[in-house]
Parts: sequence; C-alpha cells; structure tokens
Amino acid sequence: MARFIVRRLIGMVLVLFAVSVLTFLIFQVIPNSDPAVRMAGKLPTPSQVEQIRKTWHFDDNIFVQYVYTMKQIFSGDLVSYSDQSNVTHQIWIGLPRTFALGIGAAIIWMALGIALGLFSAVRAGKLSDRFLTVLALIGVSMPVFWVGALMTYYLGYKAGIFPNGGYVEVGEGGLWQWFYHLILPWTALAILFIGVYSRIVRSNILDTINDDYVRTARSKGISERRVMRRHVLRNSLIPVVTLWGLDFGLVIAGGAVLTESVFNLQGVGQYYAEAIGRLDVPPVLEVTMLGAFFIVVVNTLVDILYAVLDPRIRLAT
Amino acid sequence: MSERILEIDHLQVDFRTDEGVVHAVDDVSLTLDAGEVLAVVGESGSGKSVTAMSLLGLNRSPNAVFRGTAHYKGTELLSASESTLRKIRGAEMAMIFQDPMTSLNPVQRIGDQIAEQILAHEHLSKAEVHDRVVSLMERVGIPRAAERSRSYPHEFSGGMRQRVMIALALSCDPSVLIADEPTTALDVTIQAQILERMKELKDQLGTAIILVTHDLGVVADIADRIAVMYGGRIVEEGTVDEIFYDPQHPYTWGLLGSITRVDRTRAEKLPSIAGLPPSLLDPPKGCHFRARCPHEFPKCVEVPALEDRGAGHPDRCWLTVEEKRAKRELTPGEIGLATKEVVGA
Repeated sequence: MARFIVRRLIGMVLVLFAVSVLTFLIFQVIPNSDPAVRMAGKLPTPSQVEQIRKTWHFDDNIFVQYVYTMKQIFSGDLVSYSDQSNVTHQIWIGLPRTFALGIGAAIIWMALGIALGLFSAVRAGKLSDRFLTVLALIGVSMPVFWVGALMTYYLGYKAGIFPNGGYVEVGEGGLWQWFYHLILPWTALAILFIGVYSRIVRSNILDTINDDYVRTARSKGISERRVMRRHVLRNSLIPVVTLWGLDFGLVIAGGAVLTESVFNLQGVGQYYAEAIGRLDVPPVLEVTMLGAFFIVVVNTLVDILYAVLDPRIRLAT
Repeated sequence: MSERILEIDHLQVDFRTDEGVVHAVDDVSLTLDAGEVLAVVGESGSGKSVTAMSLLGLNRSPNAVFRGTAHYKGTELLSASESTLRKIRGAEMAMIFQDPMTSLNPVQRIGDQIAEQILAHEHLSKAEVHDRVVSLMERVGIPRAAERSRSYPHEFSGGMRQRVMIALALSCDPSVLIADEPTTALDVTIQAQILERMKELKDQLGTAIILVTHDLGVVADIADRIAVMYGGRIVEEGTVDEIFYDPQHPYTWGLLGSITRVDRTRAEKLPSIAGLPPSLLDPPKGCHFRARCPHEFPKCVEVPALEDRGAGHPDRCWLTVEEKRAKRELTPGEIGLATKEVVGA
C-alpha cells in the first residue's frame, strides 16, 4: 500500500511536469500571442512594450521563463496577464462553486443511474424497460450547453420557476438559495451521466443475475430482496463505483466548464474558459496543472477503492 | 422400511424459447426415502439438472411451465409459494452445484457465505454461528478452519471450494441434499476425495442424497438406486446391482460401456455411443433413443412406458427381457452400439 502510493506520487510529478511543459509550449506557438503587446493597451509605443517585456521576463529565453512561471505557481504568486489578479486567489474563490456543482451532480447521476438501471433490469424486455432505453438514448444525445440554455431560457427566464443562472454563497443567501440556484445546473450536468450510468447498471445487473453464485444465494433460502441487494447489486456495482470516481474527477478537472459558463456560476471552469478566450497563460497553466493533479489523486483513490471492494484485486507494488 | 420424504409424480418441464417450446423434462416420476442415495444419470441435456432444480424452484421463470407434482413431506413444491420454498431451501433441501469456481460469491468471505444460510433459518448469536461455521468446515476436511473462514473464494482451490459448498449445504442439517454434478469440474483425484467425504457425511448424518451426474462410474460406490435419464425421460430405474449387472435399456448399455475401467483389456478406443442426443425442441416420435439405437425396430415409434418388463425393475424399451439379455451379450466390449451408422453424426 505505501509502495503503491509512493509510486503514484512519482507518477504524479512526471504527469504534472509533462502537462505544464505542453501547456506552456502551446502558448508559445499560438499566433498573435505576444502578451506584452496585448498588455500594453491600444497604440502603445515600442518602448512601453519593451518595458513590459522586461518587467514580466518575456525577453528571457524560454527555459528561464518556464522555471520562473513554475516558481510563481508553487509560491502562489502567479498573476493574470490581463488584469494582474492573483491566479491562486481566483481559483480559491471558484473551487467551492465547482465542487458544489460536481459533487451534487455526481450524487444525482449515481442515485438515479442505479435506480433507473435496477428498474430496467428487473423489467428487462418489458415496455417500461424499452421506454427507459429510449429516454437514456435521448439523455446521452443532448449536449449539456444546449440543455442548460433551454433550461435557463424556459424554466428560468420565461417561466420564472428557477433563477436565471448565477451562484449564491451559503453565507450570503442561506442554504435554500444556494440549493435553489444549483438545481438546474446539477440537472443539466447529470442528465448525460444518468443516461450512461442507467445503461451500464442495467447490463451489469443482467450479467450478474445469471451468475452461478446468485443461484447459490437463492438456494440458501434468503429473501429475493437480500439476493438482489447483497449478491446481485453488490457485485454489479463494483465497476460502476470505480467509473463514478473517474468521471467525477473528469467533471471537476474540466467537464464542468460548459455548465458553469451556461449558468454563470463563476467557478474554476468558467474562469478557465474565459482565460483561454483572452489567451491569458497564467490561469490556464495553473488550472490545467491543478486539474491534472486532481485526476491523478482521484485515480489513485479509485484504485484503492477498487481493491477494497473486490478482494480479488491486488494493488501493484 | 424408512420414511418416504420425496415423491415426484409425472413431472414435466417445458421452456418457451424464441425457437419454440423445449420439452426439457417429460413424465419423470421418482421417489426418495430418508437416508437414501438416488443417482440420476444421463448425458448433458437429458433433463437431470432441470429435474433437480425444479424441486427447489430455482429454474422458475415466466417462460418455464411445470406440470405434475413433487411432494416433500406433504408440501407440494411445484406450486408452492416463494415464501414456502424459501423455508425449505437450505434448511430442508440443500443443493451443491456443478462448478465450485463460480458458485461462491467472489467478494464475500467464505464464513459469511455459510453464515448467511444459517441466519436465514435459525436465530443464533454471532458467536454460535461462527462456531457452527468453523465446525462445518472442519467436518468437510478444510484445515485451519477458523482462519480459513475469513478467506475469500479465490484463495481456495477447486476441491476446497467444493468442500465449502458441501459445508454450506449441510449447515442447516437438511433432510435432502441435491448434488448436481458435484465432481464434474474437479480433478480425478479430488473427485474421489469429495465423493468419499459425501459418503462419510451421509453415513454420519443420515441425509438423503440425490446425486445428479453423467458418470456412472461415480455412482457405483455411493448410490442405493439409479435412475437413467435420456432425452428428458427416465429410461431405466433400479438398484445399483440391477443397473450394473442386468441393464435393460440399450442406452444404459452404452453408458456402462463408456466407463473407463482398469480391469478391462484396453481397447483401441474408448467405446462411445454414436450420434447426438435428440433435440428437445422437436423430439422424435416414440422412443427418444431410437435414432442412435442399433436394435431399433418398427415398434419403437410408439412411446414405451416405464414399466417392469420381466427383469424386476422398470425400463422404457420395447424389446423383451430375453431379447435384451441376448443382444447385450452379442458384442465383446459390453455393447455394440458404436457399430451403428448414424446419418449426420
């Protein structure tokens, strides 16, 4: 276990290095990306541009620039090229919003995915199962930005049932307002996953239900409920739980960009999207690295969880 | 004479499939007395496992149709409610399955899986259940039982897992043990050990056993009576001596001929029964064995009843006892079945 975690930590350092170098280089080769020119404002004099280049280390060679930027990232001093705001500070403001969105949506899609998948599996082949199949197909076919836009327009702007986007801190508006503002974003983000997960749960259950050990369980004289819960569901959900961990990692590390932007939640994802639009390298670099870090951590946790849930799995040491 | 505990009467099981109705079991009647070992022998698809599963309702499904009756100590099993069956499963009749590698839940500890059955039927404290589990595991010959009860199935060999299955089946002291090919998936040496263990336990506990197998060699030592099944029907039934020394049905001759034996002069090839078992989707008219039988004659298009035809035990073959005794002696190497040309085989 300890060796496993050490190996993952070493792997993490390599991943972060590769990700940071790649992201850094991309902005070196994008056309019209000289930050000094953009920062100097409209009609700058060449000496102004030169002055900016010097103070921001843009005239150093690329290796020095990279090392300088990394130092700033790890000391928390990195500032945005466009408004000179502290990147780490901005991320800290956005993180609770992104996590609130991601965690809530993940709980919703897991709960509904299992419930609908179980329902479908129990009624496999019947009309209700076919209806859910069609529904799941529609669900996975709707892009989140489209669903989100429809929701804010019809349920928010037109009908006025829900707020028209925005995020309310618990400390400002209370728990209810926080929850109320998140209902639509959670739903929009979860819909696609509910479709996918209900199908996976359904097929896993149908695979498991014919396994020999389920027949053994029935022959014991325990209730059908217990057979389903302890033997069928328990075994068919192991791969789903691990997938859930990975998908949650992906949503936090970038998958929530669209949802945050559509609903104007001002989370890390939206901050990231806006920074890319401005070709603002520091936020992009730091958010990308944070995302990569988070993915590696979640993957490690998922692997450990998998070994806990299934005793046949051994962590490679 | 001991008490009759199980009586299957004219059991018929049909499965509706996309291709049509499969007549898996056709008019099977069997009885089992307390403490008796009944072997049900036949090849794959002969309906022997379906018969066994039907007793506990383990193959109930919307597409399965059960006819006839099966009485266990006064309770009719085929029409019994799930809650009635639940009280019988594990407690009164327990089952051992064919493949010990897949018959245990891979993510639960062995001890917990045995305890689950005990707790389903008896109100015991945790410590009492644990003691029972450990003593059961010791009884079936699992070393270091207390420690091993905390292991997972993948940490056991096939033979050890089958011992666990036996311990599980015996955990509530059932009156009937149904063993569905308990040794088929095991090595030959382990097979003997498991059978020996089952025999010992039967003698100690007086449990009646229905032993389902395709291997006549397995049953000689342990069974009291043998029912030979073919194509969903019982074709011959008798005591072990009757079946081994005075077999009446040509299919039984074929089965006996295909046992590997060390006391027989080695033939070039192990004798086998030519051809394939009949499709139960569209079974042939009359005797189901007709197409593979070298002694077929016109009468065989009529279904022979399972009755005593003069040999002292019932069979389903139209030949007279004298004809049978003469024909089965005809060829050396016991049976001359392999000589028949079967079209399409």
